[in-house]
Amino acid sequence: MSSKLAKIEKRTAYLLILPSVLLVFSIILFPIFSNIWISFKNVELKDLRIPEPRAKKLVKSINDNPNQIKVIYKLRNSSLTQEITNVKFKDKYPDDIEPISLNNKCQFKSNLLKCELGNWPKKYRENLEIVFQNINNQEISKKELKSYKPKLSGKSQNILLTYEFTLNNFKKVIKDKAFIDLLSTTFYYTFFGTVGAIVFGILAAQMVNQKFFGRTFMRSVLLFPYVAPVVALAYTWELLLDPTSGTLNNLLINYQIIDGPINLLGQKYVTLNILGFDFKLRLALTTVIIFEIWRYFPLAFLFILARLQAVPKELYEAADVDGANPIQKFLNITLPQILAVISILFMIRFIWNFNKFEDIFLLTGGASGTRTLPINVYQQGFSIGDIGMGSAVSIVIVVFLLIFMFIYFKLLGKRADEN
Amino acid sequence: MKIKNIFTYCFISSLFLFSLICIWKILVTLQGIELTNFNFNKLFIFGIILCAINLLIGKKLNLNIKIILLALLFSIFDYFISTNLPIWYSFGIFLISLFFFNNIKDYDKNFLSKNHSSQKLFFNFLTLFGITLFSFVILFPFYMMLVTSFKTQALLLLNPLDFSINFAQGLPELFKSYFIVFKDYNFGRYMLTSTIVSLGTVIITLIFAIPAAYAVARLNFFGKNFLSTSILIIYLFPAIVLVIPLYTIFSQLGLRNSIEGLLIVYTATTLPVAIYMLQGYFKSIPKELEEAGIIDGQNWLGIIFKIILPLSLPAISSVALYVFMIAWNEFLFSLMFLDRPNTFTLSRAIQFLNVGAETPRQYLMAGSVVVTLPILIIFVYFEKYLVSGLTAGSVKG
Repeated sequence: MSSKLAKIEKRTAYLLILPSVLLVFSIILFPIFSNIWISFKNVELKDLRIPEPRAKKLVKSINDNPNQIKVIYKLRNSSLTQEITNVKFKDKYPDDIEPISLNNKCQFKSNLLKCELGNWPKKYRENLEIVFQNINNQEISKKELKSYKPKLSGKSQNILLTYEFTLNNFKKVIKDKAFIDLLSTTFYYTFFGTVGAIVFGILAAQMVNQKFFGRTFMRSVLLFPYVAPVVALAYTWELLLDPTSGTLNNLLINYQIIDGPINLLGQKYVTLNILGFDFKLRLALTTVIIFEIWRYFPLAFLFILARLQAVPKELYEAADVDGANPIQKFLNITLPQILAVISILFMIRFIWNFNKFEDIFLLTGGASGTRTLPINVYQQGFSIGDIGMGSAVSIVIVVFLLIFMFIYFKLLGKRADEN
Repeated sequence: MKIKNIFTYCFISSLFLFSLICIWKILVTLQGIELTNFNFNKLFIFGIILCAINLLIGKKLNLNIKIILLALLFSIFDYFISTNLPIWYSFGIFLISLFFFNNIKDYDKNFLSKNHSSQKLFFNFLTLFGITLFSFVILFPFYMMLVTSFKTQALLLLNPLDFSINFAQGLPELFKSYFIVFKDYNFGRYMLTSTIVSLGTVIITLIFAIPAAYAVARLNFFGKNFLSTSILIIYLFPAIVLVIPLYTIFSQLGLRNSIEGLLIVYTATTLPVAIYMLQGYFKSIPKELEEAGIIDGQNWLGIIFKIILPLSLPAISSVALYVFMIAWNEFLFSLMFLDRPNTFTLSRAIQFLNVGAETPRQYLMAGSVVVTLPILIIFVYFEKYLVSGLTAGSVKG
């Protein structure tokens, strides 16, 4: 009895999860695997269009003879790069109409014109002309002839489904001189973006954890940058930072803090002089990181605030009795309590910042030294049009991602053991 | 020891007062008023003097009278060192200094001789200043977005620092950019598309996720642990690695430039999050309730509809709001899949507006307000649900 129940339970469970599993499999897992396939192929954006045989039908009357008519089919291969094999042609005609002469490729049977047109190489063009007559010597209606549309079919190789593979994409990715730069930019962006967001998240959480007027309102406001759409925020920042008419530059010039406008999003390096040492700061990248911190610190804030509110008040009271100062209280009570949250946040935000595309794409488009791996996927695949290369870069991202996930789940497991 | 404390107190307090005044001055500058100097030296020294006076008076005077007196002194001083500023500017200074002296009114000699008083003081001020600064930094871009959409191109170029709203010009003139954005740039249509796509994603996701989450939370089956781990892993995979294969597949299937294609992708990408969030909540519902349902002769459909759903409405609303937010804000897939204007979502339309020919910035900002406002209103209104949704699922985004 119980085993029967278990069986029913099992069947129900599979039934319930099946739709979700199928959908996720086809839209997420399958593409990730097909990335591997595509990355070993030489595919370009223009190859994605499936080649089609096409025909344009023209109907012309023959001089002085209303019961005869000439039909011209302008045939062509739509693809500029691939051939179509075994092209078949079919067109329908009204009753009482017959072709006068036909070449050996075509047949006319029970109002149907059928042709075997063989193989068409790329860019192929041909005109097929056939003269028709009415058996009853009546006038042929052009309109009626035109109303039938020819149907063509043919086989073409789908470049994605062939078994030709190449290692060129990966060779190009690794050998590219900019690859090291690409990796360092990505890690620089990811690391500082994550750390910055967490630091500001801690600061904000500390502040909001105290009682003051308008605290709930403040909490909502702090989450605005995270909730609002990226597109709107990125363009607002772009206007704000614009070198000529942007608010920030004009403000700084107004207060005589800087002499001339700074192109914060368009300048790759700026030389800073600190304590007599010159060092180069990657300006555009730093600006993008600041935007990133501005947009994602609310998340760290939310997590840390939730944890802070769960810290027992007695701990602080005991510390007060012991005469601890605020810094000691933060270092010895608060920090150990939120350390777990911070480490999880760090891992997850690290993974997500590593894959962040929209923010940089909208602010700089990857120019002035802000090209990260995800931006490179887009540029290779869609700006240059080399789908295979784009896929190869995606694979690089996936490999890094798997490494990060491995570390993350290791840490998570360790933490679960401790508790 | 005590002298040191008094000195730090005066220094920190005056610096804090000055920082507050600075923010006010920046705001005033942004109303198009010419103000090029912060007067750091004078204000800072006068601030130190006032703080010392505050300490000397201590509690000898009624505290309310004391703070009003000190604030008045400060604003009169500021009025004399700055020229040609409107009266509301000085009134603002008065209110800010009132707020400031209200915060330091309790400090006297006794307080300063206590342990760690200067650190405490510093952190108190840091909190107050931090709150002001954070709100300013966060809200300013939103404010700028809104005000720019109310301006004209000529005004924007004339004085880029003028962020005042001129209400005298009448409402039709004020909202001109919005009329144009809706009429000439077809934003009504895009808004409809965005709404359909977002609501559609929410509904389909819930239809798929609720049964699956129930199965993961409650039923025993082979591969259950594997499934719950994979949900978490899949959920960490970013859109950027899916984009190229999905683009190639969708191009060949003719699903690009269609709302259906977008719906499928959005549903699939939000599904793991939704299942993950819902199953956590389902597990917290007492099992006895379902057992009672089974005794009453309900099948699983009945259990889900009559017991689980009514009990988990708060969790379902969080998931729904969270998914709505993701779908409404989504940009990458809409950029990839839509290139005909008649299928654009709002995000894609704004990007198109920016990339296309020189679109005046007030239209761009009006469009940005159109896409931002609904989501912010929903957020503020349903804050409780959305915040719990964010904390449960916000590892993504």
